[in-house]
Amino acid sequence: MNMSFLDVFPRLEGFDVDRHLQAATPADVERALRRDEQLDRRDLLCLLAPAAQPYLEEMARKARQLTLQHFGRVISLYAPLYISDYCSNACTYCGFHAGVDFPRTKLTLEQIEQEAAAIAATGIRHILVLTGEAPAQTPMSYLTDTVRLLTEHFSSIALEIFPLDEADYRTLRQAGADSLTVYQETYDRETYKEVHPAGRKADYVYRLQTPERGARAGFRALNIGPLFGLAEPRREAWLAALHARWLEEAFPDVEISLSLPRMTKAAGAIPPRYMVTDKDFVQFMLAWRLFMPRLGITISTREAPAFRDRLVHLGATRFSSGSKTGVGEYAVRSQEAAPEQFAVTDNRSVEEVAAMLRRSGCQPVFKDWELV
Amino acid sequence: MSSRMGTQWSCSVLLEAVDVTEYRKTANDALLLGGVRFSSRLLTGTGKFASRELIAPMLAASGSEMITVALRRVDPKAGEQDILRYIPPSVQVLPNTSGARTAEEAVRIARIAREAGCGDFIKIEVITDNRYLLPDNAETLKATELLAKEGFIVLPYMMPDITVSKQLHDAGAAAVMPLGSPIGSNRGLEMKAMIKRIIESSKLPVVVDAGIGRPSQAAEAMELGADAVLVNTAIATSSDPVMAGKAFALAVQAGRLARLAQLAEEQEYAQASSPLTGFLR
Repeated sequence: MNMSFLDVFPRLEGFDVDRHLQAATPADVERALRRDEQLDRRDLLCLLAPAAQPYLEEMARKARQLTLQHFGRVISLYAPLYISDYCSNACTYCGFHAGVDFPRTKLTLEQIEQEAAAIAATGIRHILVLTGEAPAQTPMSYLTDTVRLLTEHFSSIALEIFPLDEADYRTLRQAGADSLTVYQETYDRETYKEVHPAGRKADYVYRLQTPERGARAGFRALNIGPLFGLAEPRREAWLAALHARWLEEAFPDVEISLSLPRMTKAAGAIPPRYMVTDKDFVQFMLAWRLFMPRLGITISTREAPAFRDRLVHLGATRFSSGSKTGVGEYAVRSQEAAPEQFAVTDNRSVEEVAAMLRRSGCQPVFKDWELV
Repeated sequence: MSSRMGTQWSCSVLLEAVDVTEYRKTANDALLLGGVRFSSRLLTGTGKFASRELIAPMLAASGSEMITVALRRVDPKAGEQDILRYIPPSVQVLPNTSGARTAEEAVRIARIAREAGCGDFIKIEVITDNRYLLPDNAETLKATELLAKEGFIVLPYMMPDITVSKQLHDAGAAAVMPLGSPIGSNRGLEMKAMIKRIIESSKLPVVVDAGIGRPSQAAEAMELGADAVLVNTAIATSSDPVMAGKAFALAVQAGRLARLAQLAEEQEYAQASSPLTGFLR
């Protein structure tokens, strides 16, 4: 019988997070900050608490030092590639959900080739492939062919597609994909049910166990995270980090990363229920870094340029850049024509982002993997 | 700005005054790795720099003649931007297998490195614990054996273990690279006792790799009898990697001189042409 995060999760979700967040004192925060050994989940809670907000500068200094030590003065770059916006799910917060009426697109392999060539021409070597959840339109054969084709253009292929079982992941792994991104969206079961009223994605547990299936199938890197805006953010930040820690302990040979996507506006989607301010965002990121010194932290183009530029020094390890979030937008069709999954706020080109990183005393790294 | 310039100026004067390369000519104290002679005993790395443009001046300042490069960062398609272009031709490239989780993956990475024109040197890194970046000795040994048979000059990064060190020798390694402490930890010689035993018993050069965070720790490793040290994080993440490179070079030379002096003294006792206690009849 395989271990599962589900074995420990009920205990964690039963924990009265709100009460402990409110009860945390400045002394608790200081103790967590002073600890030299690995921080535990209570330390993490203190660092996520409102009481830690006056300590952000101190947290930032420690986070920066840990990031320098483990990752260096380096940010890795990647780009997303949306290959299909067909979707049978009903995620109420997403611009691609089944109820939104727009002509759906699925790229042919020839079109994927064009998109890949356009992205590779910008210097990008790490690609993240995305689809909606529509296995009928994007079956395994299509996904496998896509991955195989992309190995010609890229050094690392990450997947952000609908959850699969272990055998299918193994097939895609063998085709050349090496990393897996899957967001739980929300760790709160009630909210999860509410915002995923129909479709395959309504299965909370199957999604929660997706990263571990990916690790067992041999992916060398996993990227997880909540979609901030759906449920109480501090609790989400705490549970996501504990999920990451569990994965790190269960699969020590796998690189674990967290993302902090904040809901942005998209046509046909609900507005966020909870606001995560820039200050909250930074606090979560710093708390995660102190909790897991070797954690990858991915920052997408959902965030605004000026804000992203500051995150370079606060623990981020990976940036998307030059991102297009509509199907075919890199080469196949114009941006006006393509509906987007979410609105990109950082519209700078890859070269502009790379130049910003250099100005910030940081090396943009385009290639950091080799398919073997 | 002017005070910064001033600091650099006075430092270079200091370095010229103390010509630390002089002793090598007299002592003929070269490091031999896979039949290649190196006059510097400081190995460096290319990771973690704020800019790749810092690599060449760091190499010039430190005198390091061998630098490790993760094959996963090598990109022939990048042309002039490829990391290998930032390494002067006079410096030996030491590709490493960072990212490998098994011996098989390490072997494949080594072959790709050779095809990419990196030569026959290979530093084996097989890591199955991403939390502490500790090497997997069993897989490392397997990879060493396979690659040595293919004619590679194999430098395995290893957990300090005397038995494994002997096995690596028998498997055809050109040196052993025990870690001082985990990669990037800057904790220095946490493994000192084990490293000392390896130095005493090893027939291969011993290169202390990983965890050296301060020049004093590099000097300590050399005094202990290490043949060389590899320093990356502490140099690359320093706010002045060029100055840090010089500092480590001086520390390595100081440590080496101290070791040679110590050996000379021991030899003097050992030869004992006129024993100190010879008068006690």
